[in-house]
Amino acid sequence: MELVNYLYLASILFALGATTVLLRRNAIVVFMGVELMLNATNLALVTFARMHGDITGQVLAFFVMVVAAAEVVVGLAIIVTIFRARRSASVDDVNLLKS
Amino acid sequence: MSGGEEVLFWTLAPLMVIAAAGLLVVRRAVHAAVCIVFVMIGLAVLYVAQEAPFLGIVQVVVYTGAVMMLFLFVLMLVGVDAADSLTETIRGQRWIGLLLGAGLAAVLLGVVAQATFPPSVGLVEANAVTNPVALARVLLQHYVIAMEVVGILLVTAALAGLVLTHRRRLGKKPTQRALAEAKVALLPTGRQLTPLPAPGVYAQNNAMDTPALDPQGRPLEHSVPRVLRIRGQQRSASELLTAEGLLVQRIQVDRPAPDQNEEEG
Repeated sequence: MELVNYLYLASILFALGATTVLLRRNAIVVFMGVELMLNATNLALVTFARMHGDITGQVLAFFVMVVAAAEVVVGLAIIVTIFRARRSASVDDVNLLKS
Repeated sequence: MSGGEEVLFWTLAPLMVIAAAGLLVVRRAVHAAVCIVFVMIGLAVLYVAQEAPFLGIVQVVVYTGAVMMLFLFVLMLVGVDAADSLTETIRGQRWIGLLLGAGLAAVLLGVVAQATFPPSVGLVEANAVTNPVALARVLLQHYVIAMEVVGILLVTAALAGLVLTHRRRLGKKPTQRALAEAKVALLPTGRQLTPLPAPGVYAQNNAMDTPALDPQGRPLEHSVPRVLRIRGQQRSASELLTAEGLLVQRIQVDRPAPDQNEEEG
């Protein structure tokens, strides 16, 4: 077995996360899809680090993690604020700018 | 890649893909959270197997520990029961989305399959001074500025979280007098001034789902909590009363009346 299999796994996880973002309506589940995509990228970075014998890939994975944490904090705060105003966490109900 | 790692990979990878696909299928947000926690822990195990033990531990602490807990907290705030609506606002969105997802998967897998990778070097040499030390050397020698910027980003995000969820009072705080006057003003619409009656207490039953009886013996619907009434989980008072009446009759049949006993004795 080659290390490429890890990259295949990362690709499949990334595509599943992207599909989740496209299909689901609950904003929180959409966010989980984004998290899945970021995690898949981390797996690819770690695999590349091992492939090239260079630990920089793992350092980049740390940066991705930090950015993901910041993104989750802000995103969930926005979801909570919208939920307070509209009593709904569905991305379909947020159409204030329409009309 | 050793045989043990191969077994680990082929055990974990299908399970992780199934859990990730569960994110698409599952109706409730909490179940989706459980699915993604499984994927994240699986990834942590794979990181440890891929000679990145520190990253694996950070994955468990940061992702499954902090980020998913944050998700669950927000789910509690928003309401755990909230299930996704199945009505499509954009026609054919499901099929278009699935098609695009499958296309993305095909493109990514195709790129990985087409690319030629160098023979893997492994991290034995890079990890010679232990993994955390090697990471720290790269991070603090080549990426110091990036790390500082990321620190500022985190502080900004924490501040943004505070600011965004801060609730500003839009009107004046209502006084006790205003509240009382509002209650009296609502009287003509059928509201009452006194607190709602408590649920009923019967000989054999003392629960939230049974209505109390008024002085005329009629059940008081509004003595049962509103949530139970909406869910249709309340019990009717007449049912309970007949059940208790039957019980009393059965006891009287089983046992002769005490008055008769006294007369005989």
